Amino acid sequence: MEIMYFYLLAAVAVASGFMVVTCKSPVNNAIALMMTFVCLANFYVMLDAPFMAAIQIMVYAGAILMLIIFTIMLLNLGTAVARKGSHSVVWATVLALLIAMQGYFVINRGEVSGITGEITGEMVKKVGHTELIAKSLFTDFLLPFEIASILLLVAIVGAVIIAKKEV
Amino acid sequence: MNDILITLLIIIIKLGLIFAVVLTMAAYLVLAERKILARMQLRYGPNRVGPFGMFQPVADLIKMLTKEDVCPAGADKYLFLFAPGLAAVTALMSLAVVPFGPTIEIFGQQVPQVVCDLNIGVLYFLGLSSLAVYGIALGGWASNSKYALLASIRGLAQLISYELSMGLAVVPIIMAARSFSLTDIVMAQESLPFVLIYPETFLIFFVSVAAESKRIPFDLPEAENELVAGFHTEYSGMRFGLFFVGEYINMIILGSMTTIFFLGGWHGPLLPPIFWFLFKVLGVAFVFIWMRGTMPRFRYDQLMHFGWKVLMPIALLDVVVRGGFMVWSLGG
Repeated sequence: MEIMYFYLLAAVAVASGFMVVTCKSPVNNAIALMMTFVCLANFYVMLDAPFMAAIQIMVYAGAILMLIIFTIMLLNLGTAVARKGSHSVVWATVLALLIAMQGYFVINRGEVSGITGEITGEMVKKVGHTELIAKSLFTDFLLPFEIASILLLVAIVGAVIIAKKEV
Repeated sequence: MNDILITLLIIIIKLGLIFAVVLTMAAYLVLAERKILARMQLRYGPNRVGPFGMFQPVADLIKMLTKEDVCPAGADKYLFLFAPGLAAVTALMSLAVVPFGPTIEIFGQQVPQVVCDLNIGVLYFLGLSSLAVYGIALGGWASNSKYALLASIRGLAQLISYELSMGLAVVPIIMAARSFSLTDIVMAQESLPFVLIYPETFLIFFVSVAAESKRIPFDLPEAENELVAGFHTEYSGMRFGLFFVGEYINMIILGSMTTIFFLGGWHGPLLPPIFWFLFKVLGVAFVFIWMRGTMPRFRYDQLMHFGWKVLMPIALLDVVVRGGFMVWSLGG
């Protein structure tokens, strides 16, 4: 049952990912991207990570993609003119195939890190995913967390300064 | 196998009940709004169809279903057809985490009065309310009309801005209840509703919720005298009906959230819990209608100024002060 649901979701995710690249109208691209994000959020739920799913929806589908759509609507972008036989398409295909092959070999050899350690699947189910993330974020990984916050703060200040210049 | 079947049956019955009750409530909320507004403006309101106009929603539904479904020329057809459904579905999906009452026992089965008590219920609600923006944005954009486009850009900016202060206003409540689950938040208010402990947080939350509901004084996305009918200008028939119903379901949900976060949920003396819950939700809905009857509309720059320069900093300060106080009282 669950595996069937996974294959269904995966098919939708891949199909909508394909549509992001192939659709000509920018708004349709954005909608297809939203579909991919929603599918990813579903995967997180299936992996017992509901907090990640909620953040995926709120941050990516709710905020970032909304900003993209906002920009498309404000600039009123028309349909893109298709270019044929561009070199970038060839290089992108080669790169994508390489990454896919790498992923395939790594998974096949079973070299996945993070299986051992004190935080196990049972522990996540017992204590709760959100609590565990919060705990490790504010104890073990406090310094990287603070550095990331300062980086974001700098970005916000920069955005304000750039916006002020126009007036 | 039998257990699974019973659980499934319970969930389906719950869903059916909730849909029936909420959709009927939404339809009669429209009638209530027209009646109350009429009384506030010294009119009678709809009183022709049935006793006291009680069948007006049915007549409206028949009218909407029989009207022609027009798709304007030059519109993005699929998105145009898809957007109203998105608006209604995102509104309905939030109902899954709303707890209407405590766990009760029916035929020896423990039945919680909530479809799914997610342990991230608050985030689920916030996530869905951020997805609700898509209905307006896409509907307005796909219509290929300048009024609708202007309205949807306005709506987008407004909803994104006020979502921030709404999310921030929930933070002290989560800290006090120590849980993201809506049921736990209601349980934490058994002795005292949070509105008495956190009055300023309640004010911030209520103003943001009023802005999220897109009603007067925050009805910039459908300002009739500037933008015809806003983002649903080009819609007719049942597609317009879906936008309309979505708006009223949204009102019920925002009312339920206000009830759950601040007014103590189903807790109350004497009457059964579900009555208290309904009573409180309808009370909040009445305040929304009352506001519509008495207030003028914001200007757009005032709206943005208020949201970003007044409400947001106050909400942030509230989180810091309340959080600091909590840490101090714990002796940390």
